[in-house]
Formats: sequence, structure tokens, C-alpha cells
Amino acid sequence: MKTIKYIVQKEIKQIMRNRGMLPIIFVMPLLQLIILSNAATFEVNNIRISYIDNDQTSISRELISKFEASEYFSVSEMYRSKKDADDALKKGEIDVVLDIPRYFERDLVRNKHNSLAVYLNAIDGAKAGVENVYLNQVVRDFNRKISLEIIQPEDKMLKQMNILSIPSFWYNETLNYKTFMVPGILVLLVTMLSLFLSGMNIVREKEIGTLEQINVTPIKKHQFIIGKLFPFWVLGMIILTVGLIIARLIFNVPIVGNIGLIYLFTAVYLLVILGMGLFISNYTDTQQQAMFIAWFFMVVFILMSGLFTPIESMPDWAQKITLLNPIRYFVEVIRMVMLKGSGLGDILWQFGVMSFFAVVLNALAVWSYRKTN
Amino acid sequence: MSISIKNISKSYKKLKALDDVSLEIEQGELFGLIGPDGAGKTTLFRILTTLLFADEGTASVAGYDVVKEYKSIRRSVGYMPGKFSLYQDLSVEENLNFFATIFGTTIEENYDLIKDIYLQIEPFKDRRAGKLSGGMKQKLALSCALIHKPKVLFLDEPTTGVDPVSRKEFWEMLKRLREKGISILVSTPYMDEAALCDRIALIQGGKILRVDTPENIIEKHPKQIYNVRSRETYRLIQDLKDYPGSENVFAFGEFIHFTSSEETFEPQELQEYLLEKKHEELEIYPANASVEDVFMDLASSSET
Repeated sequence: MKTIKYIVQKEIKQIMRNRGMLPIIFVMPLLQLIILSNAATFEVNNIRISYIDNDQTSISRELISKFEASEYFSVSEMYRSKKDADDALKKGEIDVVLDIPRYFERDLVRNKHNSLAVYLNAIDGAKAGVENVYLNQVVRDFNRKISLEIIQPEDKMLKQMNILSIPSFWYNETLNYKTFMVPGILVLLVTMLSLFLSGMNIVREKEIGTLEQINVTPIKKHQFIIGKLFPFWVLGMIILTVGLIIARLIFNVPIVGNIGLIYLFTAVYLLVILGMGLFISNYTDTQQQAMFIAWFFMVVFILMSGLFTPIESMPDWAQKITLLNPIRYFVEVIRMVMLKGSGLGDILWQFGVMSFFAVVLNALAVWSYRKTN
Repeated sequence: MSISIKNISKSYKKLKALDDVSLEIEQGELFGLIGPDGAGKTTLFRILTTLLFADEGTASVAGYDVVKEYKSIRRSVGYMPGKFSLYQDLSVEENLNFFATIFGTTIEENYDLIKDIYLQIEPFKDRRAGKLSGGMKQKLALSCALIHKPKVLFLDEPTTGVDPVSRKEFWEMLKRLREKGISILVSTPYMDEAALCDRIALIQGGKILRVDTPENIIEKHPKQIYNVRSRETYRLIQDLKDYPGSENVFAFGEFIHFTSSEETFEPQELQEYLLEKKHEELEIYPANASVEDVFMDLASSSET
């Protein structure tokens, strides 16, 4: 016990004395949380739209003014021909082109329906999809309005039977993406920091040769490992705490559930990550190697965590792989507890998996740590 | 018997680092392992300090087997690796305290053993180890290796990269430690340090060439060595190498050490040969052999 205590003391001293690392450990994650949470938005704004008005009637102009009124669109100059519009689309000067056909008004009144051509720059598929939805909303709105004006009274009966759906967004009523993203990004930061620091820590001792000196002492494996990892466990908890404070104060993210539950889960989760870091450092000889391997896992974990893309929309095999991803569980749990107010019973499955991972990974790490080679 | 090594062999892939090495080192002996870089010194140290397993052979340190009783060995040996391997970002005192703690002891408990050495670095006890000079670092490393009162001390090239004054002091410290009954196995690439050991083993290419006291090694060396000097050293070396029966020619301080394989060698004939080659200020006279001469001679004959 005394030995462990002394190693912990030594580690903390070393962390505090490392002038280069200290700001990285404390300032970097907080800056990232603040910046990333503002930048990682799924909202699409300022869609640059242009049009070719072949009709030049009051109705076609009214449609365009609808777009001008929308906060999502910014309407730029009209193009004289389809070719000019295509060129602008190719150059990336505009995102969407609306092509209003000739006799738009006349056919609309005569036939009661008509069609519009829309061209979208879909280099970013997700963005184009969102743009299309917004565009359709504007057109539908316009549709409803003109049908009242131009369609004959006998048709009005039909119109009134239209069904209107009113969505109610549970757990995030205003669909504020920050409420959704901040807890997720916090998970990333806690994970990244504890994985990188623990992964590089023991390798560093290998690199500077102190491990060799330690290995000829009668120190026990578990004393050394616990002594080395405990400070990083505490560090992870501190980062979580600071992150939660920022989430609450700056981003106004609700914390509906029991905050103790988040800490309980993080306590186990950090064991998984630290065990992984230790495992990496056992199989590498330099900090550089350790860093590369840690990054490899981080990138896979982040992209398959359900943080940026929903797991439900991944192919079946990818969904199965995410079951091995610790970040996935943490992202789920922190969102469930913070936004939904889930209790221990609701996260029992995630908690069980995490405990299992913690045992397996740490057993592997301790087993693979050798004092001799 | 403090250290006993029997037929130890170790290979790294194709390279044979140690080839059938056997040695016996007595209690309280200051034993030198002398050889150039890559001779296998560090490999032998790592096997004896339980950091590495030998492919073949057995060894025991302080009566404990290096494989079966490695735990006991770790408690009773001190090891100072060739590379400075203490925490550079901890102070002198913190380093010492750290090693005392993991050995389950305190500085006070064994202070008398390290007192001589520690007193010299005590004025800097709050300084970070990374900021110490080479000689100071080495004294700190020795203090850390001694803090748990080991029975056997392993020092792997302790004086490499240390200034001559500190080197001299260091060897004096080792002699005092030996008087306290600690067996010391020290490796060095410096031949002049060999004379300071009780016994030495000359090692090259993973093989032990000879084991004896430094005096005996020199005395038993059969060949007469000649000091040769002239104004043009480089041309002299070339000409000596060309001389019939020339065996070993290497620069030694201001002289060239020369040995001949011919039994009928006459310095007079060599002098005439060199004068013919227009060497000026020529001097040739018999020299006292040093460990280095013996080593060079043995090394060159073991290579062929």
C-alpha cells in the first residue's frame, strides 16, 4: 500500500512538473469542448439558392419571395439560362437552382398542378438531403397558400380534410443540437485524454530507461500498474467534472438524471480505457508507436460511436462491431442520463458490458506486462 | 561464491551475443568485465539481473538461481544500467526516496552505506536529476543502486561519458564498497580501468578470452611489445604493417605498439628497415605490456 502510494505521488509530481503537458491536459480539452460543440452542427443554414424564371408572372415571383423570406435560404441573382445556372452550380457559387418552367402560372390554374425542376449540389449528400427537405417545406407552404387563392370553392372541401402532423420532440424539445452533441463530445475528450496519457506513460519509462531500473526491484506488478494508472483515473474524473460544469453553464445542457450515475459509469469506463492504454504500451517500444496505435483505435471508436452518425443507420455488420466500442456505450449512457433522466435500471445493460470489458482488458494488460523479456 | 555462471549462451536472432560463457566471482570481489562495445557485456548483465532469459546454461547470483529465484535476486542486487535511468524530472532526494520506498526501506536505514557518496551530492538534493552533471548523475545512480544494501552490485559501463576526475573518484568509491563485503561486477570498455579490479575477464564477440588478475594477465602474456616512434606516425603505421612478421600494430598514446610473430625478431633489424624508409627521430625500445596490449593481441588472434 505504501509503495502504491509512493508511486502515485511520484506520478503526480511528474505530471505537474511537465511544463509542456500540463496546459495540454487541462486547457486543450476545455477549448475543444467549447469550440467543437459550436462547430459540430448538423443544422444547414445560408443555403445559396438561385433560380431561372422562365415564366415571369406574379405567381413565379411570389414563389421566389417565399424563399427570400426563409431564414434558411439566401437568394442570389437570377440566371438567364439553364447553362449559366449549371456553370454557377459547377463552380460551387450556389448550392441549389430552382428552374421555373414556362407557363407555370397558366398551367397551374388550368391543370391544378404543375412541376418544378430543382438542381442540388450533392457533393455532401447529407447536406443536400437537408436542403431538399427545407426546399420542399417552402414549396408546400406556397402550394397551400395559392390553392386557397386560385382553386375553385368546390375543391375547398377536399383541402380541409388534409391531415396536419404536429411533432413533439421528447427529451430535446427545441431540437437543440448542442444539447445532443455536448455530452457526446465530452465523452470523446475524456476518452482521448486518458487513453493517450496512459498509453504513453509506461512507454515513456521504457524510452528513458527507467523501466529497466524498476524491473530489477522487488516491486510487484500490481503495485506498479495501479500506481501508474490511478493518477490518470483521477485525471479523467477531473476532466469529466470540468466538462459537465461547462456543459451546464455555457451550453445550458440539462442534467435530468442522477449525476452520480454518470460518475459511477465513468469510474468503470475509465478502467476500460486505462487498461487499453496499458495494453498498448506493453506492446510498443516508443511513444511514437503508442501514439499511432492509440490514434488508430480512437478514429475507429469515434466514427463508430453513434456520436456523429446514428448507429441504427449503419449496415448490419458495422452495428455488430460497435458492440465492441466502449465509446458507444458511454455516449449512449451520458445522453440517456443527462437528457432523458434514465436510472440505473435503464443503463444496466451498458453498465454490465462496461464492467465485463474492464475485467477482460485489465486482465489482458496485467498478463501481458512483463518485467523480463 | 557470489556469482556463478555456467555455460551461458544467448542469441538475438542470428547474432550470437554470448557463447558458452562461464565465470565464478567471489564474495567481496571487484570483478571487471573488459571488452569493446558489442562484446556481450550488457547481455550478460541483463541475464544476471533477471531481465533476460539465457538460451542455454545456468547462473546464480548471491546463491539464488536467476530463473527460479528471480524474486530473491531482485531483493538482493543493485543494478546500475549503462544508460542513466533515473527520473530526470524528480529531484535527487525524490529519486533516492522513491527507490528506497520500492525496496521497502528508507534512506536513514542504510545511510551509512551510501554516506560517502551521498554527501557529495547532498548540496544538490533539491535539484532535478536531469540538471546534474555527468559525474553527479553517476553518483546519484550509484546511491540509488545501493539504497537497499545489496549483496551484489552490477555496474554496466558506469564510467562511460564521465570526466577523468569523476572516474577516478568513482573507482575509489568502488574499492571502499568492496571492503564492506559487497561483490561488484563492473563492465567497462576502458582498458586502463581494468588494472583497478581484483580480477578481470576479457570478453569479445560473446566469448571470454581470459580470466585472471590484471597483473597475471600482463605477466603471462608471452610476447614482447615494442614502443616505436618517429616523426610521421601515419606512415610509420603503414610501414610497420608491411614489415615481415608484423602481427599487431596500433597507436598507444604517443607511441606505436608493435609485436612480431617471428621468434627471431631483432629490434635492430626493424630499425634498419625503418631507417631505409627514411623515418626520422626514430625510437624503438621494449615496452611494459598493458591490459590493452594483451586484449588487442588476444582479440586479433581469436578473430583469425
